[in-house]
Amino acid sequence: MTTKHEMELIDSAARAQQVMDGELGSEKMVLNMGPQHPSTHGVLRIVLELDGEEIVNAWPDVGYLHRGDEKIAENMTYTQFIPYTDRLDYLAPLANNVTYAYAVEKLLGMDVPPRCKYIRVICAELARISSHLLGLGSFGMDVGAMTVFLYTFSEREKIYDMAECISGARFTTSYTRIGGLAKDMPPEFVPMLRSFLKEFPATIDEVDKLLTRNRIFCERTRDIGVLPKEVAIDIGVTGPCLRGSGVDWDIRKSHPYSSYEDFEFEVPVGTVGDSYDRYLVRMEEMRQSVRILRQAIDNLPDGPVNSPDAKILLPDKEAVLTKMEELIHHFINVTEGINAPPGEVYFSAENPKGELGFYIVSKGGGTPHRLKIRAPSFVNLQALPIMAKGHMMSDMVTILASLDFVMGECDR
Amino acid sequence: MSQQIETGFDPKVEGRDVIVTSVDAAIDWVRKNSCWPMPMGLACCAIELMAAGASRFDIARFGAEVMRFSPRQSDLMIVAGTCVYKMAGVVKRVWDQMPNPKWCIAMGACASSGGMYRSYAVVQGVDHFLPVDVYISGCPPRPEALLEGLMAIQRKIAHEKAVVNMKTGNGPGISTPISGPVIVRGEYAPKLKG
Amino acid sequence: MNLQAAIDRLKVRLGDAVSDPVEFRGETTLTVSRDKIVAACEFLKKEGGFDMLTDLSGVDNYGEDPRYEVDYLLYSLAQHCWLRLKVRVSEEDMIVDSVTSVWQGADWHEREAFDMFGIRFRGHPNLKRILMWEGYRHHPLRKDFPLAGIPAELPETAVNADTVRTAPMLGGPFVTSDGTRSSIRREPRQFDTLAERQEKLTHPTKKESV
Repeated sequence: MTTKHEMELIDSAARAQQVMDGELGSEKMVLNMGPQHPSTHGVLRIVLELDGEEIVNAWPDVGYLHRGDEKIAENMTYTQFIPYTDRLDYLAPLANNVTYAYAVEKLLGMDVPPRCKYIRVICAELARISSHLLGLGSFGMDVGAMTVFLYTFSEREKIYDMAECISGARFTTSYTRIGGLAKDMPPEFVPMLRSFLKEFPATIDEVDKLLTRNRIFCERTRDIGVLPKEVAIDIGVTGPCLRGSGVDWDIRKSHPYSSYEDFEFEVPVGTVGDSYDRYLVRMEEMRQSVRILRQAIDNLPDGPVNSPDAKILLPDKEAVLTKMEELIHHFINVTEGINAPPGEVYFSAENPKGELGFYIVSKGGGTPHRLKIRAPSFVNLQALPIMAKGHMMSDMVTILASLDFVMGECDR
Repeated sequence: MSQQIETGFDPKVEGRDVIVTSVDAAIDWVRKNSCWPMPMGLACCAIELMAAGASRFDIARFGAEVMRFSPRQSDLMIVAGTCVYKMAGVVKRVWDQMPNPKWCIAMGACASSGGMYRSYAVVQGVDHFLPVDVYISGCPPRPEALLEGLMAIQRKIAHEKAVVNMKTGNGPGISTPISGPVIVRGEYAPKLKG
Repeated sequence: MNLQAAIDRLKVRLGDAVSDPVEFRGETTLTVSRDKIVAACEFLKKEGGFDMLTDLSGVDNYGEDPRYEVDYLLYSLAQHCWLRLKVRVSEEDMIVDSVTSVWQGADWHEREAFDMFGIRFRGHPNLKRILMWEGYRHHPLRKDFPLAGIPAELPETAVNADTVRTAPMLGGPFVTSDGTRSSIRREPRQFDTLAERQEKLTHPTKKESV
């Protein structure tokens, strides 16, 4: 007795045709690009919905570095919070210090001397170069060009040396104070900066030669992660990501702070809004920062670096030790903190990642009632699902690197 | 009159170039000079970790430049940065995936003790759920400090018993990594045997 | 249109729902009533030219009624000016209409306000916690939540309950507070438990005149 089984054998060509016609429904795979990952630039978790290799949807999940900065700020005086601002965008700590100092000074309604403003510009621009160097270095490394990473890191070491000279710490500087700076620029700083400015353009050119017309780099970044202009504005994206999408907006030009109106520089703006444009914007911003630094160091004004209001800034040590009034001011300043007027103020500056803003609500006294940190990376990351849709899994790495966010400031 | 100093050894086996040492010494020497770190770079200390791996401070001279991001292929987990409670489970799971022998460096103030973040969301030190071998202080520690910590791990490895002595039963043996649901307890600190 | 014209047109359109502008350090703040916030935002975006939502934050004014407020910071790229809208939310009814229909970028900001304060946004596509983990029961930025934290559970990684410990504040000072002369009151090294912190909030110390 034989049993007959009927089977239908589909040969591979016919099956392939079925897939191409979309008749075979494929299951979408949900992949977790976890918080611990070499290419996520910090602790970011992305839940990807993949159709084979193509990304259908991407949901970023943040909060893996939420340290409670805003709650801590409500329990610290304004000056005590300065080290926490270092650790927000930890690739450019000097820039955060400068922004925070200006925010509190806006609340107090005070101005700082011109020398202080110029030195703060120098700090902010050095921080911008440092942050872009690391962004481009890891961008290159993620895309495959490992040499760029080492070149940019050795330039960053020179910037670290300068930061150490001016503030005492390589990295988390806490250099600015409310009403001035921790200390004046030491005389060794100027020749260091000048020699850096002489050597640095050669490195940018070298990175340029390695990456900009590199066939592989262009293939991996052109038309990847396109962010249209209207979407970028609607989300609130700022910084090089916004300028890469074609919006000409830079806070240094539209609301000049810290004497940026004295400097001549250009703001690079992209056209397409893809990863390549954002890369080019950052490269050009570094060159413009060099230009600003040259002007700043050539025209550095003399004079005091701290504002003379002793109720806000600690008075000179000699005066504290010899005169009564300064002693009282020092005591009150250290124990009670600065007496800020009640009111609320928002100040934002053009940080390397975008618009870093501090919204300070004060009910009087030495500690803020509420300190909200408007972090550029928090807002820029909302654009990720829009940029990633339709691309391949490996393009995700490119998009993340070109967004150049940092989780310290995103999660605060 | 110049003295010529030559390096020589006294062979215990006649006629052949053989060095005699203990297995522990040989294995420890190999392990400590090729410690592959798993950089658990969480926050700002990760940048100094990267700087230690770059050309100026060069962690490669210690054999540790192979920053393996896969826990299965690494020996040394460097927790660099603030560990928050949301991330703690992840760090613990990655630690459990690392095969023995493994060591842990808590780099920086935040990983050692919570640092300057005394707040609701931050684990006050990764030693609440990881067995830490070396603590490096600093906020962030300079790359030289990280290299000093790495050298401290190397000194620690040099004193370990690498193999089981079949006759006496001394030594650590080979233990399997923990898998399954992550258990985080405050008192979890397994002692290194041997 | 410029800022003053935008404010005038808004007041014409919404009447009493919009307060008079308050100016401080060159910034303008308008208080808008809770039910008209979406209409105000839509008007300001479409006709006022405020195309970018820079920031959306919650504030807890403990002791005032209404207790919470939500601040919207709008920016006009054409006019280069900021405008702040304020909505007061009372503790009994912590719901505000979501402005995600006006600006896409309000999405995460509103999730953060929900996470940190507990303010709910009606019409939000995905109102989940963003900075703390799913299943966390408290809202950290409220004034009656202690900085050291409250013991809680970590549900997603199968950990034991009560493993989220409070940060140790004894032996401080790790925090300070608004200037009173007495350092004992200002740097609360002895307040280490939730009960004592609540005690301090319900009976706030008076400013000393020493």
